[in-house]
Amino acid sequence: MEESRRDFLKKAGMGSLIGLGVFKTLDKIGVEDAFASSTKEGTSGTRLGLVVDARKCKAGCTECINACHAIHNVPKFEDPKDEVKWIWKDGYHNVFPSKSGQFIDDETKEKPFMALCNHCEDPPCVRVCPTKATFKREDGIVLMDFHRCIGCRFCMAACPYGSRSFNWNNPRQKDGNKLVGGKDIDPSFPTRERGVVEKCNLCAERLAKNLIPACVEACPEGALVFGDLNNPNSKIRQILKSNHSIQRKPELGTGPSVFYIV
Amino acid sequence: MLENALTGSRKYYNWILCLLVIIGAGIYAYAQQLELGLGITGMSRDVSWGLYIAQFTFLVGVAASAVMLVLPYYIHNYKEFGRIVILGEFLAIAAVVMCMLFIVVDMGKPMRVANVFLHPTPGSMLFWDASVLSGYLVLNILCGWVALTAESKNVAPPKWIKPFIYISIPFAISIHTVTAFLYCGLPGRHFWLTAILAPRFLASAFAAGPALLILLAIFVRKVSNFDAGDKAIQKLTTIITYAAIINLFFVGLEVFVAFYSNIPGHMHTFQYLFAGLEGHNSLVSLMWVSTILGVVAIALLLIPGMKKKEGVLIFICIAIFISLWIDKGIGLILGGFVPSPMEHVTEYSPTTLEILIVLGVYAIGLLILTVLYKTALVIKERNEVK
Repeated sequence: MEESRRDFLKKAGMGSLIGLGVFKTLDKIGVEDAFASSTKEGTSGTRLGLVVDARKCKAGCTECINACHAIHNVPKFEDPKDEVKWIWKDGYHNVFPSKSGQFIDDETKEKPFMALCNHCEDPPCVRVCPTKATFKREDGIVLMDFHRCIGCRFCMAACPYGSRSFNWNNPRQKDGNKLVGGKDIDPSFPTRERGVVEKCNLCAERLAKNLIPACVEACPEGALVFGDLNNPNSKIRQILKSNHSIQRKPELGTGPSVFYIV
Repeated sequence: MLENALTGSRKYYNWILCLLVIIGAGIYAYAQQLELGLGITGMSRDVSWGLYIAQFTFLVGVAASAVMLVLPYYIHNYKEFGRIVILGEFLAIAAVVMCMLFIVVDMGKPMRVANVFLHPTPGSMLFWDASVLSGYLVLNILCGWVALTAESKNVAPPKWIKPFIYISIPFAISIHTVTAFLYCGLPGRHFWLTAILAPRFLASAFAAGPALLILLAIFVRKVSNFDAGDKAIQKLTTIITYAAIINLFFVGLEVFVAFYSNIPGHMHTFQYLFAGLEGHNSLVSLMWVSTILGVVAIALLLIPGMKKKEGVLIFICIAIFISLWIDKGIGLILGGFVPSPMEHVTEYSPTTLEILIVLGVYAIGLLILTVLYKTALVIKERNEVK
């Protein structure tokens, strides 16, 4: 039962994308070749990722955060100690601590940068998990099995990006019908129980339905681009080819799949 | 043999009762945690491990330190340790049980703990830690119990136990090495990312563990007819001296590398622990208490004749134990989370419920230790009279 569910999670994404004619859907939104390499070389050749074009990102805007947290039933705790977040804003120095901050231009200094799971090529969280509750899918997405997680939080200590949140408390309100923070529960995505770790899943559940990640779709500025980093013809690669991009803490050898244009 | 633990003086019963009350309070607090989640603790998104995991780390060292009796006695045939080696093994049993309990109380989903073995993941150091800890527990129960049974019958221990005793030696080293591997293999945690973390763990363990053993041996001598012997205690003192100095040397190496290289990430946690970072300094006074106690204890160990006086020796052992408990049971684990991977300084302070759970686990360990020591002492006293 357990295994088949996990296999389903692992393969459902790719299988259904190809099976349901995803390319037509993705065509419309400009990532026509997101999965092109999967048809050529099989699923192992795919590495899904994001480009965050911080030049386009507007300071006061929270559209991507709202969209992500609404569809994934992310609760909102008042106390930062209990916080759960999948995608959020932080300062340049916090997102890129090893980059120079001396004499930095005012715009970069003030500007918020989006932080989320990097879906690393070689994820330390997966390496340390004692139960394989967090695992890397063949298309590069790092996923969580909420039903297997024992809540040891080894992955939180291992993640060098602070991308993981723990459910210190029940994310549902006492009566069970709303999330902490007052938002309604979206029945199309599971709520978590207290005691497990969660993080961005690059909208694996939406990809399985031919939809691009919610943050990418919600961004009014087109600052987020999703696609296959292993396909040299993909839009994401074209963008990376013509713009200078950086990754978070590349010196750690994790191979982040989220690239930033600053 | 365990029935020996059921009878004792009034003081003995009061002690047991006192432990049971603390265990009860701990169970009450843990019931709250099970009901409400780990949100009742002081842990946070940034400081995601707290007192529980820090105590686990410290107690792995106490457990491993039994090897400082087993190795000289069984490998080098150092006879003076023959009388107290069982005290070391029984201390190891109590310490390993506490380690396991601290791991379990730290889990968000303790009912799923079996997943570690149902889905074994050799790439995870936690899998290996669970394996070597379980192995070490079984070995110590086996070796300790067989030796004590033989002693109660006044015969030599059976030969078949020897291989298990020898295996327990590398196991003792491995439990603390693998525990260090939990931390020192994580990218982006500069404070832990050091190749001497495992040797440093071992050095501090071989100072703190024997210090506790000396205190226990002196206590046992006062409450029973069993005397571990001055020679054994003095030899343990020598072990503590070397281990404490090596530990201090290792800490010095860390400080040199961090501050001479002048790399900010390597200095931050030291700054946080010993001076405060961005105005956050809740651990600073504790860390200095630890440092001063450690240095004073080492100085007393090195001044000729001081450690021969029982009062001074007791002070030295208490100082070493508290110093290393603060260093490892607080600073090392909590400090590793400051600053966070995104360079925020978030401080942690345990809640009352969390402290009650910690005390409850310690009380369970002390209860196990009391029962095992009582059992051993009744047998040893009986033999002493003969």
